[in-house]
This record gives sequence, structure tokens and C-alpha cells, in this order.
Amino acid sequence: MKTAEIAELLNEPACAHNRNEKSGCARTKPGATAGGCSFDGAQIALLPIADVAHIVHGPIGCAGASWDNRGARSSGPALYRIGMTTDLTEQDVIMGRGEKRLFLAIKQAIDDYAPKAVFLYSTCVPALIGDDIEAVARAASARWGVPVLPVDCAGFYGTKNLGNRIAGEAMFKYVIGTREPAPVAASAHRPGIRVHDVNLIGEYNIAGEFWHVAPLFDELGLRILCTLSGDARFHEVQTMHRAQASMVVCAKALLNVARKLESDFGVPFFEGSFYGISDTSQAFRDFARLLGDDDLAARTEAMIAREERSVRAALEPWQARLAGKRVLLYTGGVKSWSVVSALQDLGMTVVATGTNKSTEEDKARIREIMGEATKMITDGSPQALLQAYRDHQADILIAGGRNLYTALKARIPFLDINQEREFGYAGYGGMLELVRQVALTLESPVWQKVRAPAPWHATPPAGDALAVAGAPDA
Amino acid sequence: MPEILKRAKPLAVNPLKASQPIGAALAFLGLRRTIPMLHGSQGCTAFGKVFLVRHFREPIPLQTTAMDQVSSIMSADENVIEGLRVLCEKSRPEIIGLPTTGLSETEGCDVPRLVREFRHRHPEFASTAVVPVNTPDYSGCLESGFALAVEAIIDTLLPAGPGPAPAASRSRQVNVLASSMLTPGDIEAIKEWIEAFGLQPVVLPDLGDSLDGHLIDQDSTPLTLGGTPKAAIAALSGAAATVVIGRSLHKAADLLRARSGVPDCRFDHLLGLDACDAFTLALSEVSGQPVPPAIERQRAQLQDAMVDTHFMTGFLRIGIAADPDLLLALGQFLAGVGGEIVAAVASTRAEVLADLPAACVRIGDLEDLEHAARAQRAQLIVANSHAAPSAQRLQVPLLRAGFPQYDWVGGYARAWVGYRGARQALFDIANLVLGNHHDLPVYRSIYRVGDVDTLARAPSGAGLVRQ
Repeated sequence: MKTAEIAELLNEPACAHNRNEKSGCARTKPGATAGGCSFDGAQIALLPIADVAHIVHGPIGCAGASWDNRGARSSGPALYRIGMTTDLTEQDVIMGRGEKRLFLAIKQAIDDYAPKAVFLYSTCVPALIGDDIEAVARAASARWGVPVLPVDCAGFYGTKNLGNRIAGEAMFKYVIGTREPAPVAASAHRPGIRVHDVNLIGEYNIAGEFWHVAPLFDELGLRILCTLSGDARFHEVQTMHRAQASMVVCAKALLNVARKLESDFGVPFFEGSFYGISDTSQAFRDFARLLGDDDLAARTEAMIAREERSVRAALEPWQARLAGKRVLLYTGGVKSWSVVSALQDLGMTVVATGTNKSTEEDKARIREIMGEATKMITDGSPQALLQAYRDHQADILIAGGRNLYTALKARIPFLDINQEREFGYAGYGGMLELVRQVALTLESPVWQKVRAPAPWHATPPAGDALAVAGAPDA
Repeated sequence: MPEILKRAKPLAVNPLKASQPIGAALAFLGLRRTIPMLHGSQGCTAFGKVFLVRHFREPIPLQTTAMDQVSSIMSADENVIEGLRVLCEKSRPEIIGLPTTGLSETEGCDVPRLVREFRHRHPEFASTAVVPVNTPDYSGCLESGFALAVEAIIDTLLPAGPGPAPAASRSRQVNVLASSMLTPGDIEAIKEWIEAFGLQPVVLPDLGDSLDGHLIDQDSTPLTLGGTPKAAIAALSGAAATVVIGRSLHKAADLLRARSGVPDCRFDHLLGLDACDAFTLALSEVSGQPVPPAIERQRAQLQDAMVDTHFMTGFLRIGIAADPDLLLALGQFLAGVGGEIVAAVASTRAEVLADLPAACVRIGDLEDLEHAARAQRAQLIVANSHAAPSAQRLQVPLLRAGFPQYDWVGGYARAWVGYRGARQALFDIANLVLGNHHDLPVYRSIYRVGDVDTLARAPSGAGLVRQ
């Protein structure tokens, strides 16, 4: 990929980071860098497309440690969970046999697994030795009659965020707009309900959490043409251009797809979240607003009223236990405010939140929700996080899996809200899982036991410990 | 001797292999107050970190030189110098491990030269040792990367020349070179074993001290929280003997022996009765002491368990996939209790595979294991967590071994070695087999009458509460 192309991707006009003098995606510092590379980001963004063969073209380092390590669930095909890599050898690198191996690898994947399409992810080594995966993709596609498309995402191009955009760009360039959606099945028609086609962009169905929300879309007559990319199929991605509205769900990751769908195909979009009662309700209201259907709006309000009533009733016994508990939240981008709203719905107080990956817009939103005095944390090092935890007298740290063992080593209650987690928190139903998991760690009896010193190290309260223990009425 | 089948497919499907840089990083994580820094793009480190964090359920110190587009092409030498400087300044490690990756090797980086340059430009950080090692991920596997790093550690941190020779003859110290197949639980068991003979073990690298999973007094540390101290590595020459566990470490062992002058005895593994006996005998010879009664007792317990479980392990058709050292260890152990290795897959080629008690070994991936296990009607799979979906499709139990074990708590703490470790492994295997026992299909005689629905009716008939 040319430097100019990378610069263009970094300069995503819909991204509020770029309205400032400094680019949002800063350069990395040797010896002090955390987080994944562009290949990582591109793979995360597209891997949940379930009926595609995802081939990682590179030496084992790229796929070997990363295949099948995400929590995205599929309701059908499981092909996306099969790890595939060209596993380049030294000879491939020296003799330039990578392209040939890749070409034959595509054939093998098609012969053995009959994928609906093949995605090729380029990595650092083939990018450096100049393997032309675009040409291989074209040739293989023509030869085997299955769509094969290149994702040019060498890790050294930059961060995970950039990789997300590269993935979105590839979908826009090669997939979206190549098929018309099928008509709504006769069996799915219900009298009085007009069907609208919508997209969800940046929803990954982690731990199957979107299934908490999906039935409500059906109820309202919102047909999800495609979720990019949770539980998605290749043919669904092809039809995204025909949606009447899109929702950008997770951070800024695939904002470029939403923006281009709007500019090229006139599909309006909004940014929202399914974490928390109020945000979930807001998302449905925003769909009704963008679609301009009064009947839908009325039915949406009725559904919201019903769902909110039922979930609030179910949450009530938990709220008493959690009210007033103090949360330190450290997570990226949009989650910095979307999860805040979920926690406030539970009556908890968010004392500080990480804003490392958040935009100015995200921060404004945080101030709006949490008040001007809110502490925003930018240093995400373990030491800084633990310091913030103590300074703000928090009761629990909620963050991504990377900080899990930081917290546990420091004997601090922790909730994981990132991609590897095992539990789904989205939608009204997800709130019940969220509250259970928060209470489970907060109220666990283990904390007290692991914080207390061993009895032979504890200073006896007064006098001789043995004498006290031995005294009958002590 | 088994037939070694070369990799036959252009595409690796469900890879078994983890990369050399991760293996090298793991070796460095067994050194005290250390941090490894991979010379590559930030993803190399991020993937490695997640891999190790999920396996050990521990924070893992691991940094990156963060090569980007421009430095990958124009030279990333400055990234190395800068990265080393930043690490030294921030956390004053005793040791920084510097493994390369496919990216930096393809770029053609000369890391030893860069370390010299760093020394020259930053004499103020002389107290931090830097150990460079070439570990491209387009060759080898986790095990070979680990072995290369151990060799580099000895090469960099053990001064040439004779050790304190006069004391050596009376020394109680025993060096242990420990291959990547050994878990922290294994290392603990080996240390106890050696101590039982009145000897003092120094393990390199000592994952049993750094990644055993223990809470510490301070909240966090940017470096390893245990492991072999730098000073102990420099003092390897003072030992009475070195024991080497795992054939992947033979090159490192050659170097250690040449440099230290300490005689060594080498073991392919410590799994099962024969291997345990050989090790125990060696310790008895080195220490000049008889085998302690406690160990005799453990041996007798293992023998009892072998007798008890041979009904389950005998003729058991087993499929194994692992790095070469571990594959040999598991293969010989299971064959030694009557099992049949009907499917064997190794991540890379190694000389040790020639001794595997199997008809053939494939250099390949977990798809190869699944195909071979299906064709050979395997009854048990032994492999890492990635094999869980394969085992499910084959409808056979999975015994988790090797890297990574992310869907299983405590895999890192398990001791396979020693008499007690072998006994527990036999119990676990036997239980897996018992839990998966297939009964014969019921046959009901045409002449039998009357009791057809007895079982279905039993709950209510027996007066149990009905829902």
C-alpha cells in the first residue's frame, strides 16, 4: 500500500479526531507501545463473516497466535473459525515462492471447504518482499470461479484502528454493491408492518450478545440486510448499499464504510450503542427517525416502554446491591461513554473513564453524561490505572482483557468488556448478564481473603495472640 | 523408526505451530527482572502477549520495537536503540531479551551489532544485560525459538573461561536446562526432586519461579516477577553437574558444557516410570546419596496406578499433536502403558521424532491430526486447546498438553514429570476414557416380555415427586 493511500485512510473525514490540528492516529514509540497492528485490526473487523475462508498470507507468527481467539458467534456456518495460513517458510521468503503458495492455498481452501468467498490478508513479510496479493486474488478468482479478494493490511502500516479502516475499504472496494438483496420472504410478512432494510456497522456479536437485540429488530419490521461483521454472510455484505439506514455501533472502527455508503448510495447513518437501557432505546428511536415512518415510530415507543418496564423490574433487586458502587472504567472510543450509560442505569457511579481512544465528540458526550468534573484518564499503563483506582476510591475496574491480570494481581474486582469475553451485555437482556457479572466480582468473598495477611504475619491486636485466642471469653 | 511425512499442503489449516519469537519471549520470561522486546511490528508483540496471557492467566511483560512502514524499508535500526533506551530508562531491567521476527529478519537486521552500538551510545545503562537472538517466524516453532533463546542467554551471560574450579568438586549445585515442554508445575516438581537428594537446583530458564501464578506484595511490576537471576547464570560454572531436559536444548547444552566445563547428563523427557528412574538414578550418582524413602514410595504409588489404569490405557488408540520434544515425551509415556500412537503430528521437523513409537509422524497442523485420527479411529486426542473443536467432531476426549491452553484453567500448573505427575496423568487419562465409554447396543430377546417400559416408568412408580 502506498504511503499516500495510508495517509488518506488515516484522514477519515467523518472521524472527529481529524478535526484537530493533530492526527488522531499518532506514531508508535519503540519500547513503549501497546496494542495490535493493522493486520490484527483488519482481521478482527472481517473474521466474523462466517461463510468465508479467511487466509492469512504470511509466516506463522501472524496466524499462529491469533486464529480462533475472538468471541464472535455465528448462527450458522463455522468456517470462519477454521484457521488458515500459508505458513511461509524460509525458502518461500528467499526464493519468492510466496505468491505461488498462496495461489495453491486458495485452491486447497476452495476444494476442501467450499467457501462462499476467500479473503486474503497480507502481512509484513510478503508486503516487504513484494508479493502481489491483488494479482493473485484476481487470477485465483478467474481460475476457480469463487470471489477472492485481497485485504492489503501489512502490520507495519500502523495500528489496529488503521487496520479496521483498511478492512472497511476492502469491503467497499470489492464486495458492497455486487448483489441485490433477495425480496422479503412471504412467510416473514406480517400484516400492518412495513419492512425496512437496515445495516449495522461495527457490531461483532461477541459471545452472541446481539441475539439479545435481534428479536426486537424482527418485531419492529427492521430487516438487517447486513451486520458488518457479527454473524454475517458474504452475500449479505454484498447488499449493504440497498439499506435505508445504517447504524455505526462500535467506535470509529468502520466509520469509513458508513460514510461512503452515505455519499455513494445515499444511505444515512447514525452512531449509537446497544450497551445500557437508555442507549438501546435511543438506537431504536434513531432508526425510526432516520427511516421517517410514523407507524414504526409509534410501535418503537410501545416496544421500548414494554422492554424498559420489564428490564427495570428485573434489575430492581440488583440495583439495591450495586447502588453507589464506584467504577473506574478504562476502555476505548465509543465504549467510554456507552458503557457509562449502562452502569448509571444500574445506579453505579463512574468516577473516571479512559479516553485514550476517544474523540473530542466522545469526550463531550462523557461530560454531558457524567458532568464537567469527570476525571478522564489518558495513561493506560498498569501503574497509572492502579493509581487512579486508589485516587478515586473505586470499587471495581471495568476494562479490556489486557488489564484483566493487572487488576487481579492487585486484588481488585474486575469486569472484562472486550472482544475475548465470554458474556453478552448488549440490549435490554444483556443488562441482566452485565449486572450479574458486576455483582459476582464485586461481592466475591475471595477479595477479603486474598487481601488479608497470613495469620502468622498479622500483627496481633493487643497482647499475646496465643493468650487472646486461648481465652475462653475473648 | 517412524516414517516422517513432510508438509504436503500449501495451506496450513488450524495451525498447530506457534512462532519462534513467542518461544524466545517465553524463555526470557523465565529470567528475573527481565522484559523481552520483539524486534518487529507492534502486532508481533500484541499477538504474542495475548497468546501468553491467555495461557498463563498472568500479566506478561513484553515490548516491541514498533517497526512501521518507513522504518521497515529505510532501516529500523534506530527503533532497536530507542526501544532499549526507553526500557532501561523506564524500568531498569536486569536483562532485556531481544528476539527478532520474520519482519526484521526479512529486512536483514543485524541485532548483535545494534546491541554493540547501544552499549557504545548509552554506557549509562551498562548494568542492564541485552541478549539478542535471531528467531524468524518463517522457520522453526515455539520450541526451537525457546531453545535458541536459551543458547543466546548462555552465550551472552555466562563469561568464558573456567569457573571456580576448586569449589566445583564439592559443589551441591545442579544446573537444569529446561525445555519449553516443561510447565511451571514441572519445574517446581524437578526442583523438589533434586532437593530431595540434598542438591541445589539452578534452573535455566526458571518458569517455575516466574509464571507459576502467585500473588505478590506489590500491585504490579513492569518486569518478570521471578525467574533465574542474572548472577545465577554467571555462576553456572560452579555446579557439580548439569541436567538437560529435552533434546531441543542440545546445542545450548553443548555451549554450556564447553563454556562451563561442568559435565552434563541429558534426558529426552521425564514422563513415565523409565524416564523418572533414569533421572532418579542420575541424581543419586551426582549426590552420592541413596534414593530417599519418600521417592521410593512415590515410585511404588506410580506402579500401583499403572496396574490400576492399564485396563483403560492398554490398546488405547491415541492421536497426539505437539512440538517435537513434547510429542516424544507423551508418545513414549503412553506407549509405555500399552497405548498405541495411531496419529502423530509435529509442528516442525526435529531429530527427536525418529525415536517416536509410531508408524509415522506428519509435519503438519491440526487438520492433519483430525484426518489421521479419524482414519485410524483414535479414542483419545492429546493436543493444545485449539484441538477442542476437532475432538468434538471426532467425539473423543481431549487431554490438553502444550501451548496454548486458553480454555482450561491451570494447565500451566500441571506437573507431568516425576512419579507423582505420571500417576496423576494416568488417573486423568483413565477417567477421560471411562467417561467416554461406549456401551454395547442393547439387545432384547424376541422371547422376552413384560419389562419394556420399566425404566421409563420407574421415577413415578418409585414414588418420586412428579413435576
